[in-house]
Amino acid sequence: MACQGLQSGETLASLKKESDSLKKKLEEERGKLNDIELHQVAEKVEMLGALSIKTKRLLKGHGNKVLCMDWCKDKRRLVSSSQDGKVIVWDAFTLNKEHGVTLPCTWVMACAYAPSGCAVACGGLDNKCSVFPLSLDKNENLSAKKKAVAMHTNYVSGCTFTNSDMQLLTSSGDGTCALWDVESGQLLQSFHGHTADVLSLDLAPSETGNTFVSGGSDKKANVWDMRSGQNIQSFESHESDINCVKYYPSGDAFASASDDSTCRFYDLRADREVAVYQKDSVIFGASTVDFSLSGRLLFAGYNDYTINVWDVLKGTRVSVLFGHENRVSRVRVSPDGTALCSASWDNTLRIWA
Amino acid sequence: MTINTLAKGAWHREQMASFRKMEKVIVAMQDPDMGVKMRNQRLLITVIPHAMTGRDIIDWLIQKYNICEEEALHVGAMLVRYGYVYPLKEPRSLVLRPDESPYRFQVSQPPLHPPAIYLAKKNIRKQGELMEYEKERYSVLHKRINHTWDFVVMQAREQLRASKQRRKADRIVLECQEQAYWLINRPPVRPLLLYSVVLDYIETCRRALGRNRVKSSICLEGFVKYSEQYLNHDPIMQGCLPSNPWISDDTAHWTMNAEVVPSPTRLRVERWSFSFMELLNDSMGRREFMTYLEKEFSAENLCFWQACEDVRHGENSRIIEKVEDIYKNFLAPGAARWVNIDSKTMDKTLHGIRHPHRFVMDDAQMHIYFLMKKDSYPRYLKSDLYKNMLAKAVVPQETKKSVFPFMRRQRHASPSPAQAVAPEDGQAKGAGQAGTNSAAGSQA
Repeated sequence: MACQGLQSGETLASLKKESDSLKKKLEEERGKLNDIELHQVAEKVEMLGALSIKTKRLLKGHGNKVLCMDWCKDKRRLVSSSQDGKVIVWDAFTLNKEHGVTLPCTWVMACAYAPSGCAVACGGLDNKCSVFPLSLDKNENLSAKKKAVAMHTNYVSGCTFTNSDMQLLTSSGDGTCALWDVESGQLLQSFHGHTADVLSLDLAPSETGNTFVSGGSDKKANVWDMRSGQNIQSFESHESDINCVKYYPSGDAFASASDDSTCRFYDLRADREVAVYQKDSVIFGASTVDFSLSGRLLFAGYNDYTINVWDVLKGTRVSVLFGHENRVSRVRVSPDGTALCSASWDNTLRIWA
Repeated sequence: MTINTLAKGAWHREQMASFRKMEKVIVAMQDPDMGVKMRNQRLLITVIPHAMTGRDIIDWLIQKYNICEEEALHVGAMLVRYGYVYPLKEPRSLVLRPDESPYRFQVSQPPLHPPAIYLAKKNIRKQGELMEYEKERYSVLHKRINHTWDFVVMQAREQLRASKQRRKADRIVLECQEQAYWLINRPPVRPLLLYSVVLDYIETCRRALGRNRVKSSICLEGFVKYSEQYLNHDPIMQGCLPSNPWISDDTAHWTMNAEVVPSPTRLRVERWSFSFMELLNDSMGRREFMTYLEKEFSAENLCFWQACEDVRHGENSRIIEKVEDIYKNFLAPGAARWVNIDSKTMDKTLHGIRHPHRFVMDDAQMHIYFLMKKDSYPRYLKSDLYKNMLAKAVVPQETKKSVFPFMRRQRHASPSPAQAVAPEDGQAKGAGQAGTNSAAGSQA
């Protein structure tokens, strides 16, 4: 056994050397086409005027930390999930709670609204992601109609429907992402490559609709081909866990939020990081990001209870939104860009406009 | 824990030994020369690198330890049950199948941070009864994984809660298992498990080196242009007409931009000219485009594209049926709506249809998509149909600021999209909760 150990040790060392040299080569290649920086290109762009963004709605009703939320395509409804297992569907405009389900597990970290508006998916510590059809019958027990679609071997950190109600994409603490057929619960594709928990994922708004990006505790952001399961691009520049990834509206780039208190912007065609959004006064980790409709603004929620608004092109901070009394766990711009919703560990959600 | 201390001591020492042994097996399995053969395994239509088949694992165990098949199956089953190896097909079923089923080595330790959870649980159960070295380790771990500490504590609580519902015997086994993990005291990432990680990384790097990259100046210019083009469409930056519903409580903006309207807004029609995807994503735009294509006698292209989308995003169970329909309507010789695809793509597609799967229409769909994008779409934008639509388009008046600014408008509810699939017993209209105004909403 001892000499076998030695062999293994040597082989591993040589493999690591090869991996390191490839990494260096890759950095060199990426650098070759790097002829200008984003903020330089953005010099000719007009400065943004002061933004007046205020809380327009305060959604109270959760009894515990709100961990996740997602907008409905109708631009006013949303679904939110919390630590106590409750999932609520709201008409955020009227503040009406339209549906409520209690899951048997705690820490429902992921929830998503189906594109048709007729179902929601949610999951968390139960290692599953379940889909509930939304029924308007008051007497109907929504929990009874629950269908467990995704099964992971560790917690589910994120989920999203793909272009229809029929497929669900999930990310998990078991280090993988997976694509599922909702009707049968069958695993259609699994994505391996992260070396630690996957904390977030986002579907690309591209015309061919075939890729998605994921970010994890291994500090990597990976871009995947949904059809082949291959990891087609990988970025590793954060210094700590990546908590959230979100595509730029054109699909040519994405942003990430990390525990290292920075948000970063990655260009997919240039294949490199092109901006870092950071400030000395921003000390706490960023947990969530989303772009405004035009992609000019980046909203980021932090563990110091604030939301920082960044100018994506110039790299400067435009505004700070105060109001939450605990960590901001999720920010999402509404589908028509009219408002921003933020979910927080202070048990509330806020709509900003 | 209800077993007396002595028994506990003996039990976990024994368990600890068996975990050590299992680990030795795993290490040997991963040896690049003498270990289990790792290769690319097919899973459906994917190729997963550095995986092994159940059969390979069994054979390796038989050969290495000079045991019979039955025993090899038993040992293999343990490896899967304790999470050292996991199945890629049917992940719900933690069983070792002695066939072509693919398996992989677990990279991260299952479950999440076992030492931390074990200590957290012990701490919760018996407040302050951790031993000195455990207390020390607890605080070290706390510092090290501080940002995930909440997850650790809640995992611990969750497991305690779940364990109360288990049978005593099961509980005991699980506790021993955890104690064993804790006692083994392995370093955070075991060096030999890194093989598959490093190999994966090397492959990703190689692939990345082969990529075509675009010059930064071109890419970055693209972002500037995009943001400029969409600036007027970004309500948070430029406001929206007649007013932002969230600010004014007036839903006119939504009503005017509903899916189906007699006259769309100017901004909306303008947006169709930004990209082909924008046109297709708007149901009204898509309908207009279909009308145009009908005039040009090429509407079958859009119909074909839509049918292919339906296959790609629809239920698994209906794929075969849908592909058959597509063949009948669009691809068969003499089909009613035959689409013009180049012969190479047509051959490939027809061949693939014999064993239909979700992506069998991809190449053909792509071909037609780009045909429409490069040819029909630009001509549509120059057509009278589009130009008239743009001219007729509405530019909403900005809502004048309310004369009585302190009086809030009534916030009207809207029909829930869930109504679309209401049950057949006549509950479709106005059912349930979607009707009331909320007078008690809080202000900013």
